[in-house]
Amino acid sequence: MYQFINTVLNGITSGAIFSLMAIALVLVWRSTRVINFAQSGMALLSTYIGFECIQRLHSFWIALPLSMIAGAFFAALVDTFFMRVLFRRTADGPISGVAPIIATLGLLGLIRSSLGMIVGNSDASIRPPVSNVGFTVSGHTLAFSPLKLMTLSMVIALMLGLTLVFQRTNLGLALRASAYAPEIARLAGVRVDAIRTIGWALAGAAGAAAGMLQTPNGNGALAPDSLEFNLLLVFGFIAAVIGGLESLVGAVVGGLVLGLFLAFIQYYVSGSLVFIAAFCILIIVLLLKPKGLLGSKAGRRA
Amino acid sequence: MHKILHTNLGRALFFTALGFGLFLASNRIDELRVYQGATLAMFVVAISSLILLTGYSGQVSLGHGAIMAIGAYAAALARIHWGLPVWLCFSAAVVVAAFAGAVLGTAAARLSGPYLAGTTLALAVGLPSIANQFHVLGGEQGLLFDIGQPPSWLGADFTSYKWYFWIGSSACLITLWWLQNILRSRYGRTWRAVRGNEVAAQLCGIHAGKSKTLAFSVSSGLAGLAGALLAMTISTVSPSAFPLSLSFTLLTGAVLSGITTLPGVIIGAVTLVATPEIADAISQRMANSESVTTNLPGLLVSALLILVVLFVPNGPVEQMRMFRVKARSHTKN
Amino acid sequence: MTLVVSDLCVDHGAIRAISGVCFEVGKGQLAAVIGANGAGKTTLLRTLSGLKSTSSGTAFWNGHDLLHAKPEQLVRLGISHVSEGKSVIPELTVEENLNLGALWRSNGAEAPATLIQVLATFPRLAERRSQLADTLSGGERQMLAIGRALMSKPELLLLDEPSLGLAPLVIAQIFQSIRDLTSAMGLTVVLVEQNAMSALKIADIGIVLNLGSVVVSDTAKNLIENPQVRAAYLGY
Repeated sequence: MYQFINTVLNGITSGAIFSLMAIALVLVWRSTRVINFAQSGMALLSTYIGFECIQRLHSFWIALPLSMIAGAFFAALVDTFFMRVLFRRTADGPISGVAPIIATLGLLGLIRSSLGMIVGNSDASIRPPVSNVGFTVSGHTLAFSPLKLMTLSMVIALMLGLTLVFQRTNLGLALRASAYAPEIARLAGVRVDAIRTIGWALAGAAGAAAGMLQTPNGNGALAPDSLEFNLLLVFGFIAAVIGGLESLVGAVVGGLVLGLFLAFIQYYVSGSLVFIAAFCILIIVLLLKPKGLLGSKAGRRA
Repeated sequence: MHKILHTNLGRALFFTALGFGLFLASNRIDELRVYQGATLAMFVVAISSLILLTGYSGQVSLGHGAIMAIGAYAAALARIHWGLPVWLCFSAAVVVAAFAGAVLGTAAARLSGPYLAGTTLALAVGLPSIANQFHVLGGEQGLLFDIGQPPSWLGADFTSYKWYFWIGSSACLITLWWLQNILRSRYGRTWRAVRGNEVAAQLCGIHAGKSKTLAFSVSSGLAGLAGALLAMTISTVSPSAFPLSLSFTLLTGAVLSGITTLPGVIIGAVTLVATPEIADAISQRMANSESVTTNLPGLLVSALLILVVLFVPNGPVEQMRMFRVKARSHTKN
Repeated sequence: MTLVVSDLCVDHGAIRAISGVCFEVGKGQLAAVIGANGAGKTTLLRTLSGLKSTSSGTAFWNGHDLLHAKPEQLVRLGISHVSEGKSVIPELTVEENLNLGALWRSNGAEAPATLIQVLATFPRLAERRSQLADTLSGGERQMLAIGRALMSKPELLLLDEPSLGLAPLVIAQIFQSIRDLTSAMGLTVVLVEQNAMSALKIADIGIVLNLGSVVVSDTAKNLIENPQVRAAYLGY
């Protein structure tokens, strides 16, 4: 019974972090119809900035928002000075479909290897800001710790914040309109290019948060060639696809479904099958429900 | 030269002559160059497989490094467990990878660009870590892939590197010759039709899904061959030989070659072989610190990828051709 | 306060869609542009609203150059374009669709007042304020699209085929609203229509396009009585 509860709680926590990454991917997809494969590189960069902030300011709580701002700023730069130029130069021709995919991959490689050159092999790590020792309930120690509780509540707070921005503000209305129907939005006077950059910036911030929360939840180590961030990208992508790639609600649902599913595989089947299981769920969803579990119409709303 | 390549006999003669030239060359250059020649041949095969997929069939794969790994493991297992002769090991690599490609391709045929890219990326990230967990695949250390000594009739001073080069360049020439033929066949036309306009192709009675699956399978078979060649040159098969960056490197090679045209493939392959050397020279002159040495090749490859996509998105060969066409129409006017 | 278009040429790739089009629309006038399929009507509107780039010629609204500006800039000059096929965003509610039109205005204080005015013009929309635009009927969508354009407080309204796919009764209703709005708000309107008779009935002037060129332009009244126009476009 305790095992079951542990599995569920752990699944939800890691799923929440996948959701953040999925949200980042969905935000970029909705604003520019590009899967940003550099998202994990951008998250890595922001997490390093967060790490430097922790070194200087000795507070995770100040470093987290700073790294998110840095992530947003960097993403906005990438959109303005890289993606816009790319779209202009590859608007037609046989390469137009694959150019953004190739370009974001190149960017991922560029970020990782330049980070590697700058920070080298110095072992950076982010220690958990709160205890990672499990809560004790009537003599049993749960695998669910204050750190996981904090992670979960941070993710929920961020999602609520994003939902409020999207549903209740003028900016949110402009973001949604530009995503669904850019031409109509332009005719209504929305500066779609600028709004897209804001979409990228929000994605950059969400990715940074995913990186900052994922690192202390793993073994805390931070390295430019970390497999952790690659997996974050892949699981974020799978979560986004489960949610239909169009919807923020879908991204959250997709992340939680994936997190829970993988946690159960890990505890009840085998830890070594986690990746294969994730890959299978991706293929199954793509073949059976290509528009995501929520379907297109309902999924596209929020 | 273009006219020679338009007939079957001409193509066969051309590639035979090319092979003879390479054979003569291999006797005159030093060991290191011969070894690089073998790597070059491997990259030519790998990049052609990607160009076939992206340029001619319109699908994109970020996971060809992983498919190369499948071929390499198949070749190594065939060698270790059954002791098959070398050429059969390579055939096993092609067959197993093509089969894996057919399975993947069935799913891939239904996916549009970004979905397929993400799925193959997931494969590239995950596959090496899967190899770590199965005893039969040798874990972190991987498997030994020893193709044995060159046959004795080649003489006592015939080195292993030269043997690698011979095998590599024969495989490469056969691949290119076969590709030239298949791209001119019914299949090649079908692939181009589906890439150009899927709906129109279907209205002409082409089964787009089958055509895409076939392209994915053929491309995977070639990637498997490239994987076995790579394993041959480094004598082992291990997860670390097929990292995510290998898939990126191949993509860079393909984009540099001009992703839609096969003839440029040599440009991409030469660049990929030269990059580590250039990186080495730069890092020795600059700082010679470990972090620079390990990361500079990756940095150069990614920077190259970005620059090419931004400035010569269709590849240098196509760019030149377009330039010539423009110049010609200009003089006519 | 006029729209002056002179010697306008627009290409679709190698095909010339519009060649040498000239016309003028005075303030408060309703101009109907009529013509058959492929006459270049839609291209003309898309060029005026900045969606399509020009090959040559000029177009000015109150002295502002229309041909080298982006649509989002033209909205700020008081030009609203309702594009072909009920241009609403189905994923947004009716109210959100309307508010979208007023987003760009820096002083948001006026927006609620404009919203009330628009909802009064189209009471059907008021009933469905919080529904998704996806659930609306064709006529309601067209009202919503026009309403959204009005939320920008335009001086020049460009309407592309508002009758497309609608029942005759609904068409009559929409055209009546267009006529009323033009008079009440002092709007200048360019109305592109295949439904030539309905358009000319409410218009002040008419412009007949054929294969990208102006065939006749005259007052709407004269056009209705012009025997050639009657034979070619009005069907009697």
